[in-house]
Amino acid sequence: MADTTDVEQQSAPEPVTLHGCPLVVAFGQQVLFVPRDQYTKVVKALLADSYEMCADLTAVDYLQVPQRNVPVGVVAERFEVVVNLLSLKERRRIRVRVQVPESDPTIPTLFDMYPGSEAMEREVYDMFGIVFTDHPDLSRILMPEDWDGFPLRKDYEVGRIPVQFKGAPN
Amino acid sequence: MSILETIEQGNEPEQGLKPRSELTARELLREVGAVLRMSEAEAAKLGDLPVDPSEDQTMIINMGPQHPSTHGVLRLMLELQGETVLRCKPIIGYLHTGMEKTGEQLTYLQGGTNVTRMDYLSPLNNELVFSLAVEKLLGIEDDIPERAVWMRMLLSELNRMSSHLLFMATNGMDLGAVSMMIYGWREREEVLRFFQKVTGLRMNHNFIRPGGLAADLPDGWRDDVLGLLAQIEPRLDEYDVLMTGQPIWRDRLQGVGVITAQEAIALGATGPILRGTGVPWDLRRDQPYLRYPELDFDVIVGSYGDAFDRYAIRLNEIRESMKLVRQILDRMPSGDYRIQNKKVTPPPRARIDESMEALIHHFKIFTEGFKVPEGEVYVAIESPRGEIGCYIASDGSPTPYRMHVRAPSFVNIQCLPHMMRGGLVADAVAVISSVDPVLGEVDR
Repeated sequence: MADTTDVEQQSAPEPVTLHGCPLVVAFGQQVLFVPRDQYTKVVKALLADSYEMCADLTAVDYLQVPQRNVPVGVVAERFEVVVNLLSLKERRRIRVRVQVPESDPTIPTLFDMYPGSEAMEREVYDMFGIVFTDHPDLSRILMPEDWDGFPLRKDYEVGRIPVQFKGAPN
Repeated sequence: MSILETIEQGNEPEQGLKPRSELTARELLREVGAVLRMSEAEAAKLGDLPVDPSEDQTMIINMGPQHPSTHGVLRLMLELQGETVLRCKPIIGYLHTGMEKTGEQLTYLQGGTNVTRMDYLSPLNNELVFSLAVEKLLGIEDDIPERAVWMRMLLSELNRMSSHLLFMATNGMDLGAVSMMIYGWREREEVLRFFQKVTGLRMNHNFIRPGGLAADLPDGWRDDVLGLLAQIEPRLDEYDVLMTGQPIWRDRLQGVGVITAQEAIALGATGPILRGTGVPWDLRRDQPYLRYPELDFDVIVGSYGDAFDRYAIRLNEIRESMKLVRQILDRMPSGDYRIQNKKVTPPPRARIDESMEALIHHFKIFTEGFKVPEGEVYVAIESPRGEIGCYIASDGSPTPYRMHVRAPSFVNIQCLPHMMRGGLVADAVAVISSVDPVLGEVDR
């Protein structure tokens, strides 16, 4: 893992990679862009690199921002699964960003490597409709099981209840 | 049938715990694995419980959502054989109000009112992590005035005390030490009284804001804090007499809800649960923020990972926080309580009366909000319950494009099935209590 310390000292021009994926330092934080087909493999390698805890797993729906700042070679898709891994030994973090297309919103689960990602993956499924293949118990976690739609998607309307004032004409 | 096809047909998977008769052997193993939050291989290795008790020996009961010891509206489905818990599954979402969706509608200035209501027992820590994330995006995190930084630390530590004091109260109540409940609430109220004097509110302060704080400390705050510390210190010794040394208290907690360090790390547990297993992990020390490296404090760790360790850690963390507050009192600098950056700071009240530009500027900041550059950050701090993180993706507009809070309780609650497995149903209450979940934060 000596290569990541080098990464921080290097300046931007030379594209930096870790486990074959582009590594970007944004706001002093390491961000790794991983293609979906290598997701499991790279995360396994990161786990071996002493990133032993999955601190956070979430997703973003970039429906309204189709063009955004991603490294060369990465195709921006509608969804992005964001995984924050934490190394207790080395006291550092890395963020994995995976592009997930709208036409096929599936991604492998991290359950076998990080059992703690279980509830967070369920939440992402519940809120974004991204299916985690081989997840042991993929069901809605926050919304009722018969709920229609995925609330945190950008095309899901924000519910509003009109304020009723006393004496206002209906 | 794959899960995609199932969903397309409108049959969503059920959330609840299914009876054994409806599961195949493989699914059951998977289920045990899922419930234990362990991989299938690990689950298969567990041979300590009857593998296949017949259906008439077991029953599935609901504990909650309306149960006094579930700290709100947590529902646990328990599979029992006699008094023994075989499987357990927490069912959450009863307090879900879509706060992350709401966060996308609110400007960065209004966002604090939203996040402060998530973990309602440590509102100031929620505001702090949100503010730190926004400041990082704005690139002003190093320009925050010293006084604002130290005030943030003061409020954060006092908040840790009030949260842990409430834990003392609820933990006592759950285990039958009812007088402890009254003492814990009483001491917490002393801290909240100080918060009320400083922020105007007992809870949900929206006091720590991007750029600094909402106001300076009021006159006489130092005496108030000193009075508070003098009052609470002997009360903590009383808790020791009342609970720590009591054989009944110890019997009720020791060896209950045990979790190992390896399991806690795998499950993503942080805070007192992780420290209870002997892992000295505290973000204040290990990934420092604010001015914590300049202060002297100990990271409290346990050794058995049981409910007693988690109780003892929280009790001693109150003492550590008091130690920190004393140091902060000695070193509190003078100066401004918020950054004087026209972009994020509204002009002072007096300027509004004399300058049209100031009035417009004030109006723009509060109606439209300030714009935050494109980018995404994840910032984590140590809340009383563990790592609270804030992930913000900005598209350059005055509202976050996506605002996600990594809630420690949400992740920690995954430990419950593991801690309860094979234990008595009476101990379930002790286990829930020792995890100290705040359901407002679990469901968000």
